Amino acid sequence: MSAVPSLTGTTLRERERWALGGDGRLQSALRRTTDNLDGRRRRGLDELEDPETLRQTARSLRTAAVARLPELLGRLADRVQAAGGTVFFAADAEEARAHVLGICARRGAKLAVKSKSMVSEEIELGARLAEAGIEALETDLGEWAQQLDGEPPAHILGPAMHKTPADWVRVLGTVGYDGDESAPAMTAFARRTLRDKFHAADVGITGVNLAVAESGTLVIVSNEGNARMSSTVPPVQIALMGMERVVADWAEADLLLALLGRAGAGVSFPTYVSAITGPRRPRERDGPQELHLVVLDNGRSRILAGASREALNCIRCGACLNACPVYRQIGGHAYGSVYSGPIGAVISPLLLDDVPEAAELSHASSLCGACWAACPVGIPLHELLLEGRRREAAGGGDRAERAAWRAWAQAWSHPRLYGLTGAPARARIPERLLPPPLREWARGRTVPHRAGATFRARWRRGEVLE
Amino acid sequence: MRVGLFVTCLVDLLCPEVGVATARLLQRAGHQVEFPEGQTCCGQPAFNSGYRAEAAGVLHQTLRALAATDAEAYVAPAGSCTTMIRTFAAELVGDDDPDLRVVAPRLFELSEFLASHGSALAGRLEPPRRVAYHDSCHMLRELGLAREPREALGRVAGVELADWDSERCCGFGGTFSMRQPELSVAMADEKLRTLASADTLCGADPSCLMHMRGRLERIGREEVAVRHLAELLEEATRP
Repeated sequence: MSAVPSLTGTTLRERERWALGGDGRLQSALRRTTDNLDGRRRRGLDELEDPETLRQTARSLRTAAVARLPELLGRLADRVQAAGGTVFFAADAEEARAHVLGICARRGAKLAVKSKSMVSEEIELGARLAEAGIEALETDLGEWAQQLDGEPPAHILGPAMHKTPADWVRVLGTVGYDGDESAPAMTAFARRTLRDKFHAADVGITGVNLAVAESGTLVIVSNEGNARMSSTVPPVQIALMGMERVVADWAEADLLLALLGRAGAGVSFPTYVSAITGPRRPRERDGPQELHLVVLDNGRSRILAGASREALNCIRCGACLNACPVYRQIGGHAYGSVYSGPIGAVISPLLLDDVPEAAELSHASSLCGACWAACPVGIPLHELLLEGRRREAAGGGDRAERAAWRAWAQAWSHPRLYGLTGAPARARIPERLLPPPLREWARGRTVPHRAGATFRARWRRGEVLE
Repeated sequence: MRVGLFVTCLVDLLCPEVGVATARLLQRAGHQVEFPEGQTCCGQPAFNSGYRAEAAGVLHQTLRALAATDAEAYVAPAGSCTTMIRTFAAELVGDDDPDLRVVAPRLFELSEFLASHGSALAGRLEPPRRVAYHDSCHMLRELGLAREPREALGRVAGVELADWDSERCCGFGGTFSMRQPELSVAMADEKLRTLASADTLCGADPSCLMHMRGRLERIGREEVAVRHLAELLEEATRP
């Protein structure tokens, strides 16, 4: 397949064609990995006594936390600072990047190890660090593979989930791997290679899964232990979080962690959970000397103020991607945004309000609702996608499309006009003469035609009932 | 019971035989069937495209026409259009809309209605069929109707339900199917590849069936019969 298409300058349909136009390897990889993860989610949640009640509880806890976001963020900042860390509220990506770069410059950093952080992707931190001559090495295995391949992550949780074992051998081969497709061999190679980097790094950059306001604790989850290495070995830790990641207390964090593990990977609890309160204290043996928290807005206040606020409840488990029949066909890259899948189609148009091409992402869905059914915190994603479409149409939308819907609405608000516009459906029209929407239909499907008179005509003639 | 038929625009204009089958089934179950002629469409195509005012105008017309007959119950051979009125219409016209208040609580998808007011209907299909039942998305996830259509099929001798990927979206999605035809068709293929063991594909939403029938015909798999639930049940219960 050719290079990953960018959002700007392309349409959703063009990117979908790109994803669908390959040799089918993308789809078979997506089928294998999403079926695996979606199956794990089902089994993981089924183990719970009453998953639906927990889901509703989590939904109301998240909604309550988001409703008091300013207050919780204030408390979090107080506690983090009291524990010896610094807190920086970044209004946008540029402020966040500049702040991170400032810390690196002050420390004279040359090498940064990164554990998985969607926020770092969102603000394109890696490219900026590289410009400044700082090597920023991804240490999540999948992220590392994507970095080596020069591709953005294709999934919130499994960034390289679309890669086949052969892809892995090729990618690791560029940094010296000469083994076969055996997962243990590749993992051992990655561990040896990355271990040296952890020890040599000047800075560790991590994400934040949850930030507990009551104690000022940053909770970081990983399946490979690389987040723990990134946050404890280098002398400086910079933690990046979206401002919605804050939770009120440990009771909320406890429930969300259980749901995150089950919904994301089908495990009863995430493999590695680090709870970090401040930098290393006197007499402690490990942990960084400095801890810097960056809290990013970058459009989240816009989401908070609008009708899609519940999207901020998301705990980034990736379950909606794994359940989505659209994601299953096109994968993450066709969305053209860091955040893909149903949740990405909801938040990307709002986060990227200065990118006109992002607006139509709410159409990357058949509105089937599988995302909503899979979401461990019960976000009605299909309704938020509808809200996105409403916003797009209200914001001008496509002129011809608006005119067509107006004409349709006027005709079909009157039974007689409805009858007149509907009647020609009987004739069989050659496909090349079809109106444009039906021509699109006819690309892969035969065009339906009515046999005989309409239902209402038959009813009037008394042909319906026995 | 006096039942008002909400036949839906798609059935009226493209597959009237589904409407005829529905009306006759209801009649055979002992109901008095009426057809409120002023009905057009539930407005869903515009609603799903983001054009709410346009959707509301059309929805109003249909609600007004249905409410005017003041039937004891309304029945639709389409889970999706039923969902539009029961679940989403309040967003468009307000939950205090007098017509909506008449129609929504009395509107049922066909198999849902038959479960309580037509369970005596039993029949036989000859020759026997292996039927793959398609769970359409709104009907499954919004209305929670998965048992009812299968039970209706289960009352028919000669029907064996086939195992397949019944709950995955077929890729129709309304205007989605024309706006993004390549993706829509890929989704149909994804679902249809699991259909191997069935000779009949059956569902309770004419739109999904139209999409999957069109795809099966285009790829030369006409041997799979695509039938609406109402048609199979009507055929099985013919006097």
